[in-house]
Amino acid sequence: MSLIDNERKIKELQAKRAQTQDQSEHDELSKEIDALTKETYHNLTAWDRVTLARHPSRPKASDFIEGLFDHFYELHGDRCFGDDQAIIGGIGYFHNMPVTVIAQAKGKTLEENVNRHFGMCNPEGYRKALRLAKQAEKFHRPIITFVDTAGAYPGIEAEERGQAQAIAECLYTFSDLKTPVICIVLSEGGSGGALALSVADRICMLENAIYSVLSPEGFASILWKDDSRVQEAAEVMKLTSYDLYEKGIADYLVKEPTGGMQNDLKLVLDNIDQYLLKELDVLTHTKEKELLEKRYQKFRKIGSMS
Amino acid sequence: MDQLFKKRNEELKEFSSWLKRHKVKEKKEIPENIFKQCDHCHESIPYFSLIENDYVCPKCGYHMKISARQRIRDLIDEGTWKEYLEKERSQNTENFPGYDEKLKKAQMSTGMNEAVICGVGKINQTRVVLCVMDSRFMMGSMGKVVGEKICKSVELAMRKKLPLIISCTSGGARMQEGIDSLMQMAKISAALKRFSNQGGLYIALLTHPTTGGVSASFAMLGDIIISEPQALIGFAGKRVIQDTIKQELPEGFQTAEFLLQKGFIDMIVQRHDLKNVISDLLKLHGGRL
Ligand SMILES: [Zn+2]
Repeated sequence: MSLIDNERKIKELQAKRAQTQDQSEHDELSKEIDALTKETYHNLTAWDRVTLARHPSRPKASDFIEGLFDHFYELHGDRCFGDDQAIIGGIGYFHNMPVTVIAQAKGKTLEENVNRHFGMCNPEGYRKALRLAKQAEKFHRPIITFVDTAGAYPGIEAEERGQAQAIAECLYTFSDLKTPVICIVLSEGGSGGALALSVADRICMLENAIYSVLSPEGFASILWKDDSRVQEAAEVMKLTSYDLYEKGIADYLVKEPTGGMQNDLKLVLDNIDQYLLKELDVLTHTKEKELLEKRYQKFRKIGSMS
Repeated sequence: MDQLFKKRNEELKEFSSWLKRHKVKEKKEIPENIFKQCDHCHESIPYFSLIENDYVCPKCGYHMKISARQRIRDLIDEGTWKEYLEKERSQNTENFPGYDEKLKKAQMSTGMNEAVICGVGKINQTRVVLCVMDSRFMMGSMGKVVGEKICKSVELAMRKKLPLIISCTSGGARMQEGIDSLMQMAKISAALKRFSNQGGLYIALLTHPTTGGVSASFAMLGDIIISEPQALIGFAGKRVIQDTIKQELPEGFQTAEFLLQKGFIDMIVQRHDLKNVISDLLKLHGGRL
């Protein structure tokens, strides 16, 4: 049974338990629920993590902006072509410190998702991110990025407007941006579209987030010409937060409550809040030259031959 | 002797024009008519309710044009405004036919010497350099004096390390001053670049209408660009475009809402909220709370 099926079953049992008047039936149901919960969330497979990362009720970037920052003002547009709603960018306070926030934003409703392209950015989204990043550098504001995208938006117009160039420009610019950058991978980190906002001094992942060179579906279909082997693909791709932490790409993991952060968002927010507080303190007290050298080395060492 | 008479005559002329100016300035901004028709919904609105509502149509929310003085009153804390270069007036150096009369007419009808007012004042206690254009003065067109006043304001903001706010409204460069008026765009842009390199904060406020050379220079160069709702913002005039491409223009073309969607401005702010939003943004750039 899949994780989603189990979740449905647990919900049904819970509903049944709420209905019953009989104490022994109540206890019986409780036992059943506990057992099934344990079975479901114990030893999650990589595919289970993918499922949780894409869970429909998983909180989105907007919840984190609301939960972590005060007086947030959204700033719009790339000054060139459009305002890509797949990215929410703006300025606000984090514990009284002005910061710039750049977040890939999936929607919560179908309508919002249509407007936000399910968090898949167009070139103008990356160019908005670039504009705000340079603005942050100018005003010495640290940047917090939130990654949550299946990948950059695939489309004719996106190519015409230079999707690749826009992503490349992000990697290029963020690599020596003279202000601290912390990246938080919320849920899905899909390929170059996610990497564009990940060239940072710190990369922090939520426990049930995934990060990979492409989607498990794409992997199975390109490598094995068989997209039914998607679960197997997820396993071999090493895309869970634990895999990335082990590799040293993720610097910190944020534990999630059983069943995913939607079950206790506050717990997760508090954890991230503390993490940001600590790391921003370190990074803002690091000399610019050292900050940039360390950021350079963070990526330089990946796959280094000596 | 002739020379003396001429001088005296000029002095007299100067004096009478000063008197006129003075009189205009004294004139309270309480209009003669009791009603004003909204440009947008064509409703007749009593002036007192318009004034109460910051000149926003209470029926349809349309933001009517307001004078530069009114804008300054709206934004700046009472008693903190200090204007400079207020006496500068344009000269008809190119001897452009009819320019002198146009200037005189604009000065008479607005009580202003030029299309922009510049000064230093406080917005909720934060000191800023503020330039406010006025579209009633020759369409808010930019000649050498407007250019110089704004450029000096940028330099002042740079020297004093103050945030800069320019409230824009303009038909563009002042044609009567020829190529020099065009060059003001380059001059101000270059000054803004220096200001930016030094870390200066510049907020551009776009109001109805902001077009032509002003739109193609400092209006679009703000670190943050704010617009009032429904303001017309664009480079070429609608008619010019329509005549060139021989096509109907899309609905809402060149409005603030259009520009927001196309990625050119950061936010649209209602006039009632303007002072507080600007003040929040200033604070966000002023370091820790
Ligand atoms: Zn109206």
